[in-house]
Amino acid sequence: MADNKALLSVEELKVYFRSEDEVARAVDGVSFDVGREETVCLVGESGCGKTVTALSVMGLVPIPPGEIAGGKILFRAKNLLDFNDSDMQKVRGNQIAMIFQEPLTSLNPVFTIGDQIGEAIQIHQTATQSEVVERSQQLLKDVGIADPAQRLRDYPHQLSGGQRQRVMIAMALACDPDLVIADEPTTALDVTVQAQILRLLDTIQKMRSMSVLYITHDLGVVSKIADRICVMYAGIIAEQGNKDAVLKTPKHPYTQALLASLPNREKRGQRLYSIPGTVPNPAYKPDGCPFHPRCQHTIQNCSEQYPGMCDYGDGHHARCPVLFEGGKGNWCD
Amino acid sequence: MQNTETDAQDIQLDAPLAPKRTRLEEFWRLFRKNKLAIAGMVFFILFFFLAIAGFGLTRGDNPLLDPAMVRLQDKLRPPLAKPNLERLQANEIPRLGVYIFGTDDLGRDVFARMLQGSWVSLTVGFVAVGIAVLIGIFLGGIAGYYGNRHIRVGQLLAAAFFIVGALLLVGKLIWSGSALLIGGAGCIFISILMKKAAKAKTKSAGTRFWYFNTISIDTVVMRFVDIMLCFPSFFLILTVVALLPASIYNIMIVIGLTSWMGTTRFVRAEFLSLREQDFVAAARALGLSNFRIIFRHMVPNAVAPVLVSATIGIATAILTEAGLSFLGFGVPPPHATWGNILSDGQRFIFDAPWLTFVPGIAILIVVLSFNLFGEGLRDVLNPKLRERN
Amino acid sequence: MISFIGRSIVQKIITLFFVSIVSFLIIHLAPGEPSQVDPMNPKFTREMVERFRTEFHLDKPLYRQYLYFFRDLFSGKTISWKDNQPVFKKIWERFLNSLPLFIVGTILTWTISFPVGIRSAIFRGGIYDRSSTFFAYLLISIPGFFFAYILIIFVVNQFHVPVIGMETFGIGDTAWMNRAMDRIWHLLLPSLLGATGGIAVLSRYVRSQMLEVEGQDYVRTAKAKGLTPDQVHYKHALRNALLPFVTMFGLILPGLIGGSVIIESIFAWPGMGRMAYEAILARDYPIILTLNFVSAVLVLIGTFISDLLYLVVDPRIRL
Repeated sequence: MADNKALLSVEELKVYFRSEDEVARAVDGVSFDVGREETVCLVGESGCGKTVTALSVMGLVPIPPGEIAGGKILFRAKNLLDFNDSDMQKVRGNQIAMIFQEPLTSLNPVFTIGDQIGEAIQIHQTATQSEVVERSQQLLKDVGIADPAQRLRDYPHQLSGGQRQRVMIAMALACDPDLVIADEPTTALDVTVQAQILRLLDTIQKMRSMSVLYITHDLGVVSKIADRICVMYAGIIAEQGNKDAVLKTPKHPYTQALLASLPNREKRGQRLYSIPGTVPNPAYKPDGCPFHPRCQHTIQNCSEQYPGMCDYGDGHHARCPVLFEGGKGNWCD
Repeated sequence: MQNTETDAQDIQLDAPLAPKRTRLEEFWRLFRKNKLAIAGMVFFILFFFLAIAGFGLTRGDNPLLDPAMVRLQDKLRPPLAKPNLERLQANEIPRLGVYIFGTDDLGRDVFARMLQGSWVSLTVGFVAVGIAVLIGIFLGGIAGYYGNRHIRVGQLLAAAFFIVGALLLVGKLIWSGSALLIGGAGCIFISILMKKAAKAKTKSAGTRFWYFNTISIDTVVMRFVDIMLCFPSFFLILTVVALLPASIYNIMIVIGLTSWMGTTRFVRAEFLSLREQDFVAAARALGLSNFRIIFRHMVPNAVAPVLVSATIGIATAILTEAGLSFLGFGVPPPHATWGNILSDGQRFIFDAPWLTFVPGIAILIVVLSFNLFGEGLRDVLNPKLRERN
Repeated sequence: MISFIGRSIVQKIITLFFVSIVSFLIIHLAPGEPSQVDPMNPKFTREMVERFRTEFHLDKPLYRQYLYFFRDLFSGKTISWKDNQPVFKKIWERFLNSLPLFIVGTILTWTISFPVGIRSAIFRGGIYDRSSTFFAYLLISIPGFFFAYILIIFVVNQFHVPVIGMETFGIGDTAWMNRAMDRIWHLLLPSLLGATGGIAVLSRYVRSQMLEVEGQDYVRTAKAKGLTPDQVHYKHALRNALLPFVTMFGLILPGLIGGSVIIESIFAWPGMGRMAYEAILARDYPIILTLNFVSAVLVLIGTFISDLLYLVVDPRIRL
């Protein structure tokens, strides 16, 4: 699977959270690639391990209680999990940057915007004070903030939610990273602002030729921006592939159910489908396929054997042997 | 929450779900992790029973262990010393046959005195905190729940008349005091008369004045808290205790009456946030009475922080009582308290250090266990901290 | 801004007025009388008692006494009943004695508790955190007078240094070096004792503030930028955790007058706490009331300063 062209390649990543009497397997063997200048969407319900996956790429999983139980995170063919703290600091913000979900709380309230953007530049690059100010202004202009010189002197609470998210993006772009991880950057924003931010991300990605790992639970957003999609469920990848393949010909019951529960024009007047049951507690996952208690296609084997990935060609994989070639799928990888 | 559960049952979810725990089990599971808090709780229970046993063993005319028995022949004996059997009369020999904690300068058995003192510490702690908590819940609850209501001119006038009248009566001005009290009663009478007028659509100027809002209840209560917080607390307690006749009940009451401010603030803050929550709005929408909303729905939710501050308050009250006894105020002399054993012992600090160390360490252990227990409770009951662990 | 200050000053003056009434009532309504007018006191004849009563307005109704007292207080004419000295002069003398204790104690408190609290928050759950937590509780729980005796026994036995009083008796003639050392020795123990409780409480508070802030999203943002742990902790987290403590600078002020009755009694330190204790014993009402009033004024000024400081340091608060 490891593609030489891939910028980031996550292989069999396992992240567990240990408490005294439980082990929560938040990420349980996840593999995917992000190619150069590609936008990959990580989709799933809340609590399925999307954010933990992103944080482990950044090396920000709190240890303890968290622990990386296995796997590799290859960035430019180097395993980030082998990096020590100071090496990792050089990667963070410089080569991989992250945009967080809550622009309201993710900016430090006691420093000005200028301080916080300037800091991001100064950590990784040597620049004089005036260069830093100049670059910060340019960044703010790039993310579409009017009157950058004035805004640099403002504190976060003086900006609106959308402006703050733009500032977060500017901060992430400060050192021209190769990969930007965006963790639900538009969830906390109004729909109109959401569209603006998405367009902004798209423009900037083309302009700077970056790769984007976009994490969301919103399939509407996915259909707008993704090149490729990874659908996560309960710590595993249920299905991945190119956008059209996954959205038009979903091969995993979970993806199918997700798409069925979306409202659209054809379904007007009908009752919307909803997936029965809830996401399992990561410390008490069912045996076999984690989705089988909620699945419509469950057979006996589903609750006993862990399903393997089934290859549909052209990078399209789904972890459901039942639906593969009339149920002749492989049960182990 | 309940909705999803029934949904799950409909399709017979056979997935192993997280084990269901009651609130108490969940509490205990988290509390168990904190070893210091467990130790605190064990000592807390031990101290509780010890104090009750101490009360039983040292009271009455002929107690099992007599804390007041003076044996000058056996003065200042070190701990675990055997009594001097030849020189003591039969009724003077301690029942245990040994001075576990030694004797003091009058030959009194320190162990018996410590037992007597433990009951004092326990009751002072619990009664004082009980008083403080009751006042705190009452005032804090009023400020939190009815906080945005205003006191009307009529009510203010009546209250002012009553208070000033009472003060004048105490100040021995019988006539003007009584006149003001009658004035206060008059105000209430006018209010009753006006009730009808107030419901009419067009109100007269007099009625409008009478029903004019002045200050909010919240302001009154919280300013009162501010006023009480202006007094340096130990100094205030010392002053009042010194002015009042020496008695253990006065100490309890005074400590209680001067330490309710923290609880009031907690309860108010808790009530303010609870009042905005959906389940209270739902209860109100169902038409429940205020009384029922407060006591069935809000107090149980506000009880956790009060419990924590009460536990730590007991520790503080025990320390305060010991400090007062040490300075020679409070419980009158023949009765032993840990503070006055220590205070008496300070003259012999180099000759008979046990007179200082036995009560000192006892106070330390009890107060420490209350503090650790209280902090353990706080950690478990505070949802913000719970998520982090 | 101006309106905030004005409103807050008016509010504080009203509070002060009620404080004065409450304290006056507490003193005068409590049973018993000052020893000078106690009819049971054999030292005073009936005539002396009567003269005393008229001289200090004790024969007047309570509200007149209140007015007289505060008239005298604001014109600075209040005198002690015990020795007829002006109250303000007596308080000022004792205040100068208490001041070094207060200053050394405060410096100890703030310089020790911050590093301890921050360190235990950063390494939370570790051996350092757990032992400092336990010691903090130990120090909060130990009765001050008991701890004082332990320290006295230790210092006297180990260093053979006298520690009672403000200086060793009869040391006035020796070289100034010796005198200074002597003063420092006498100062050290009581101020350390006065600071223990503060150190324990403050370091716990620093720790919990720091923990609270370390869990915030912006700390994660700072880490994601690639800042070193030191920059994350000491720049981004600490700066936010410090906000509530800036306001506490204002709240130290009342400590100036509270002093510690117990510690000053043990060490025979002629400070404010001891004066209050003596005044209570002698039922010297003017001193008790004045001390109470002054300390209430200090509390109110302290809270006022802390409100203002909050305005200055927290960019989110704008009026």
